[in-house]
Amino acid sequence: MNAPPVIELVDVAKTYASGSLEVHALQGITLTISEGEFVAIVGPSGSGKSTLMHILGCLDVPTSGAFHLAGDDVASFGEDQLAEVRNRHIGFVFQQFNLLAYLSAWRNVELPLVYSGVDRHERKERALAALAQVGLADRADHKPGELSGGQQQRVAVARALVTEPALILADEPTGNLDSTSTADILNLLDDLHRSGRTIVLITHEADVAGRAERLVQIHDGHVVATGPALVGA
Amino acid sequence: MNWRDTVRTATEAVRTHRLRSALTMLGILIGITAVILTVGLGNGAKAQVRDQINELGTNLLVVSPGSTTSSSGLRGGLGSSSTLTRQDAASLADSAVAPDIQAVAAVSTSSVSLTNGTTNWTTTLTGTTKSWQEVRSRKVTSGRFLTDADQQSSAAVVVLGSSTATELFPTGGDPVGQYVTYNGKQLKVVGVLAELSSSEQTTNNDLAIVPASTYSQRLIGGTTRDSVSSIYVKATSSDTLSAAYQEANGTLLNLHGITASSSADFSIATQESILTAATSVDKTLTVMLGGIAAISLLVGGIGVMNIMLVSVTERIREIGLRKALGAQPRFIRRQFLVEASVLGFFGGLLGVGIGLIGAVVLPHLTDTRVILSAGASAAAIAMAIGIGVMFGVYPASRAARLAPIDALRNE
Ligand SMILES: Nc1ncnc2c1ncn2[C@@H]1O[C@H](COP(=O)(O)OP(=O)(O)OP(=O)(O)O)[C@@H](O)[C@H]1O
Ligand SMILES: [Mg+2]
Repeated sequence: MNAPPVIELVDVAKTYASGSLEVHALQGITLTISEGEFVAIVGPSGSGKSTLMHILGCLDVPTSGAFHLAGDDVASFGEDQLAEVRNRHIGFVFQQFNLLAYLSAWRNVELPLVYSGVDRHERKERALAALAQVGLADRADHKPGELSGGQQQRVAVARALVTEPALILADEPTGNLDSTSTADILNLLDDLHRSGRTIVLITHEADVAGRAERLVQIHDGHVVATGPALVGA
Repeated sequence: MNWRDTVRTATEAVRTHRLRSALTMLGILIGITAVILTVGLGNGAKAQVRDQINELGTNLLVVSPGSTTSSSGLRGGLGSSSTLTRQDAASLADSAVAPDIQAVAAVSTSSVSLTNGTTNWTTTLTGTTKSWQEVRSRKVTSGRFLTDADQQSSAAVVVLGSSTATELFPTGGDPVGQYVTYNGKQLKVVGVLAELSSSEQTTNNDLAIVPASTYSQRLIGGTTRDSVSSIYVKATSSDTLSAAYQEANGTLLNLHGITASSSADFSIATQESILTAATSVDKTLTVMLGGIAAISLLVGGIGVMNIMLVSVTERIREIGLRKALGAQPRFIRRQFLVEASVLGFFGGLLGVGIGLIGAVVLPHLTDTRVILSAGASAAAIAMAIGIGVMFGVYPASRAARLAPIDALRNE
């Protein structure tokens, strides 16, 4: 692990205040993820995995603690800068796919490029290339409703990789998929990892976690164990 | 994200949510149609009044009997008694007295019923002289106008207005040479006046003209045979109109033996002063109609805001996703603003379209004129976009402020 850290969390806590009740979703997470790592975050339901991913993805801010992304203190970023970080450096894959139903596959894939100001012609080219990479070149003009769940998630992966981000965050990307589609998605993540991307994968399935190089186990908002993945565990 | 992409994204959203977009546009459409037709009707009414007044003739002064103070000190209002006479008219026509006056026509009028066989028609019987035609700049389409000989002999002849002729001779054919009856007395039709096309439902086309002598001696009579309803005075040109006014005023004051012009027993109106009086009446109407139009626009605008709010709420997940993918708040704001403007623009365009149709159809149904102006239509569309933007601002900025994750979590 000589690579520089991409993600550095020091004592990060997140408290949700819903009415008078306070929920301590994260309670002092200290974690470092280096460039090019493939990390799986595992833990029981409600342990704070998604909360952690939202913070890593700059979709939410920690209540306390420090978060450095590629050396920069995220707390110092304004809204526009956060949007730019999400746009250029992070690719998201969600459990519910989150595709826009009224846009065709390639139009969904090009969305991040629209916001980074890439011209139309190049956007289409890159979106089609990303779709080809996930094996959906022939489905570019289909709307999400005309695709299977596995295909929709592949479109979502294409959208995550179209900006060639350094960091890919996937929150239970296979949670809604059967074993064949799961294998497709995991192979895609493997490919991305091999091409040098840093990947953080959230899952509660052992065989899915087994594809990662390192496991981070969290429980009740604490990191309880971190270490190399046990293949087949 | 450039503006072209923003517009494309917004129009796509508008097209995707068809029913919602249609309802929004309906609100704007009704408001804009109301504005267009109101302005059109107001302009039409103004133009109608202006045309009617212009049809009186050119460089015209109208002398009307004024308020009077009797010897016993009783005062009467305008026109309460006829203080004008044929002698007044004759004096004004004297070019030595009033060099800037080209022609003078005194008229006496009363509403009477004329019959032709079993057909009868109530019209304005007008007793005047040959000069009326010159003063009022009118033409005859068939036959001739009154002559001096008719006046001298108190001939039983009549010249009909075009619509009067149609009403009394509904079967067509030339009325000239035929007879109409008033109060048992036969009058020979000697001419028909040319129609004033821009006059709708006015007395300009519905009248029956007889020689003044016939009017006062044979038809209407009465105690004050020489009194007249009004005197039309035509100035030699538009430049001499005010000189003619002074001459007429001075001459009449002299003739009536009045020293202070404030106690004059007549009044002289120019076409311009009549127009000003008429348009100030319509101004009230315009303001009222404008108020109604403004209210319908406001209601349309509130409809747009409502639907934009619903649209934002319904699409919170989309907004969250767009923000997660790197949309800056201003892009979200812009997208919704442009959506609102697109709805406003097309709603406005449709409103103008329906207004145009209304402008064509309404005159056929109600005899009112509707005059549309390109400027008013453009302003209405601009207003529609303005409404869209104004009422799109609040929901758009609300959408832009959402935290991406709160939006994404929204079910
Ligand atoms: N917006 C919120 N407001 C209040 N409490 C929240 C909110 N989001 C999450 N929580 C709480 O924070 C805790 C952690 O939630 P989180 O979604 O991170 O769990 P998770 O590990 O992803 O669970 P799962 O495996 O079921 O997805 C839970 O107790 C949850 O109820
Ligand atoms: Mg979760």
